[in-house]
Amino acid sequence: MPKDGIGASTKRREDVRFLTGNGRYTDDINLRGQAYVHFLRSDVAHGRIRAIDTSAAEEMPGVIRIFTAEDFAHAGGLPCGWQVTDKHGQPMQEPKHPILAEGKVRHVGDPICAVVAETLEQARDAAEEIELDIEELPAVIDMRKALEDGATKVHDDLNSNLCYDWGFVEENKEAVDKAFSEAAHVVSVDLVNNRLCANPMEARVAIGDYDPWNDQHTLYTTSQNPHVIRLLMGAFVLSLPEHKLRIVAPDVGGGFGSKIYHYAEEAFCTHAAKILKQPVKWTSTRSEAFISDAHARDHVSKIELALDKDHNFTAIRSTTLANMGAYLSTFAPSIPTWLHGTLMAGPYKTPLIYVNVKAVFTNTVAVDAYRGAGRPEATFQLERVIDKAARELGVDGVELRRKNFIKPDEFPYQTPVALEYDSGNFHATMDKMLELSDYANLDARVQESRENGKLRGFGISQYIEACGIAPSNLVGQLGARAGLYETATVRVNATGSISVLTGCHSHGQGHETSFPQIVADMIGIDASQIDLVHGDTANTPMGMGTYGSRSVAVGGSALVKATNKIIDKAKKIAAHLLEAAPEDIELKDGKFSVAGTDKSVDWAGVTLAAYVPHNYPLEDLEPGLEETAFYDPNNFTFPSGCYGCEVEIDPETGKVDIVAFTAADDFGTVINPMIVEGQVHGGLAQGIGQALTEHCVYDENGQLLTGSFMDYTMPRADDLPVFKVDHSCATPCTHNPLGAKGCGEAGAIGSPPAVVNAVIDALHRAGHTHVQHIDMPVTPARVWAAMNTK
Amino acid sequence: MNTISMTVNGKTVSAEAEGRTLLSGFLREGLGLTGTHVGCDTSQCGACVVHVDGKPVKSCSVLAMDVAGSEIRTIEGMANSDGSLNAIQQAFQDHHGLQCGFCTPGMVMAAAALLAENPRPTEAEIRDYLEGNICRCTGYQNIVKAVMAASGQDVSEMSAIAAQ
Repeated sequence: MPKDGIGASTKRREDVRFLTGNGRYTDDINLRGQAYVHFLRSDVAHGRIRAIDTSAAEEMPGVIRIFTAEDFAHAGGLPCGWQVTDKHGQPMQEPKHPILAEGKVRHVGDPICAVVAETLEQARDAAEEIELDIEELPAVIDMRKALEDGATKVHDDLNSNLCYDWGFVEENKEAVDKAFSEAAHVVSVDLVNNRLCANPMEARVAIGDYDPWNDQHTLYTTSQNPHVIRLLMGAFVLSLPEHKLRIVAPDVGGGFGSKIYHYAEEAFCTHAAKILKQPVKWTSTRSEAFISDAHARDHVSKIELALDKDHNFTAIRSTTLANMGAYLSTFAPSIPTWLHGTLMAGPYKTPLIYVNVKAVFTNTVAVDAYRGAGRPEATFQLERVIDKAARELGVDGVELRRKNFIKPDEFPYQTPVALEYDSGNFHATMDKMLELSDYANLDARVQESRENGKLRGFGISQYIEACGIAPSNLVGQLGARAGLYETATVRVNATGSISVLTGCHSHGQGHETSFPQIVADMIGIDASQIDLVHGDTANTPMGMGTYGSRSVAVGGSALVKATNKIIDKAKKIAAHLLEAAPEDIELKDGKFSVAGTDKSVDWAGVTLAAYVPHNYPLEDLEPGLEETAFYDPNNFTFPSGCYGCEVEIDPETGKVDIVAFTAADDFGTVINPMIVEGQVHGGLAQGIGQALTEHCVYDENGQLLTGSFMDYTMPRADDLPVFKVDHSCATPCTHNPLGAKGCGEAGAIGSPPAVVNAVIDALHRAGHTHVQHIDMPVTPARVWAAMNTK
Repeated sequence: MNTISMTVNGKTVSAEAEGRTLLSGFLREGLGLTGTHVGCDTSQCGACVVHVDGKPVKSCSVLAMDVAGSEIRTIEGMANSDGSLNAIQQAFQDHHGLQCGFCTPGMVMAAAALLAENPRPTEAEIRDYLEGNICRCTGYQNIVKAVMAASGQDVSEMSAIAAQ
């Protein structure tokens, strides 16, 4: 095996440019003659636009043009990529999402006018001179109120604020209700999954460019999936065919989901560049990001668990209100349904499950996927209600979970909520977590904390999640308006070096290092001979991008497939050169040999023959060595694991400190352990952020109260412990060629309930047994209030 | 517009700027030094940290004209004279202290300022010093580890996995 093959913690090659200031992020790009756009956004949550007077603004220095909705009368709305069907078989209500507000504004931040000027400062100054006459309307912010009869409607042309009322599996509802009525024990928790903002450190940027001589549009954008943007914007919004539209997503400074979606600013800059005959650039400020990036989570749920007298789980019932915001973002409807309801079995054998989700329009920013997307919400419900059940029944939470786990010999396991888990070993990850966290000696540490005036507790969370959403024909039946395959082209050059072209996109995941490791391993050449090309629709095959922990599991599998085609052809060339039969050729360490002989030709000898085909079987084989593969998985991959969180609470203030955190994950085959460990760290930090500090808060008028990093509090270096991370309990994925699962989201999925369970444990150990639940974020104020209110 | 001059990474430079131009904008737009990043508009995130006369400063919180004549060092001026990564940069690569790379210039500049003040900081001192720099990718563990390693300390306890 080459030293940088599968399983090696190879240092990241992309780091050198990032560490020296030579990354090329979208805002680092400046095109000759570019103009700047500033969006004038609504400062009210709901209102009717009576008049817009831009006359004074147009006279301001440097102003090139001011656009309003009228300039986009020809264009389509921003499309939604997933149509959910409700429990009566009816399609969801789907309002138009215009590029610039048409007639009404529906959330603070809704763009109304776009001011294009020679400089950004001039565009901002001119926007101050626009006179808006907006009749403010009552805003609907609270989901329950939005569903009341007579509630103000976010969209006048819809029947109500209900996007859909989804039941899953609807046929099971009666049986589930019956199981609850017959249960020996029923435990329930009412909880909120707090609204979040992804906040990648690079805010969004878009630059539109148009070349009239070739009728070519180019959009530089901070996207996780440039081909998806090309398809959505080209086909549905601006009516531009793909061959006239190029999307470039260069270095992107984090995404976490928020850069999956097609946003209005992208369509605006693309269109305006052609109208104005000059490039148009938009750079979001952070304040603007808070009111224009898709938000996340925001579920209000009731989870109920039924158990028999022996504490076997017999049924689960989950009821959720899911906030969609004012418009449907690209994949919003799928998150509370197909990425949430299907995970409600967790790692447990519960025969009957029913999930009801009502998705609701409100006068808030659109809500869509963020690291985990639906799976954190499902995991939080399950692990909270199981934790509560253990307390109510007076049994050990570890034992209650173990008793109900799907056992290692029961895979493949068909859950009652559609998924078939291919692999896992929940007992092993739980045992590993308990060992690494020194759970056995917890009581002594609790006592030590008590002597220091602190309350210590331990929380457990066992999760399973679904990554690499697939297969395309199934998700099409479920309402997806896109395929979910991935592609790879392996372009071998004459001297043996290789360019790998992928439809995935790396924005922190380290693909430029890990993807070449796969090819290096398969061929047996040094990874330094292999480069990855990504992020530009002009030079990569159509792929779906990077989200949902799919890149290695789906994109890596496409790469294996393409590389196998290369190896097959290379063996035929080698066979010709060695005057042997192709089936007798073996490839090892970058050398082709005839089995049982000392005859061989090296990799570069074969690649040169492919491109200088003088001694070559031209009658039977085309010259060249380049192959493309599309890979459409036949199932999700199912990472799983067990997390343990140990907290200390200051009873005087209610402040929670995470003193230890242990993660034992099963990611199947790992390509680069160093990168995987980093992904887990980052996921844990975001999950702990959700649990302890992060919260998008709207007031009753729809003003976002947490619109900056001063109010929306993401974890900082001194908020987090040293994580203990392990992925030795691996059960390889059974249906993809690498055996790889996904690792990007696990940390954010599994950690929030571990934190909250730890807080509740600490309070109970200290005698505050009246505290049954605290909603996230578990702030000092909430903990203190819970301790001191009976 | 005024012409502002300063020394950046050892070279005297001049560019036009408005009175309201921030140092971050002056470096990025005026001088084309796009390694300094802007991640927020409230001086919270630290992606824009540069050194002004040897001190770490959030360059989004300083007017360019206020530091005219100063010595500025940015991420572009941190590598060794032969172009290789300096000890801090190398430690960030060795210990996977960055993912998307966007906060990284500010982190490296802040870490360099810390080690200049305190050559062997404890883990707690590093976490405290870097509190003004937000990273959304790494969970900070490998950043802390990189800074400890750059100061010559043993970091084997901080992770099971070492880069090759």
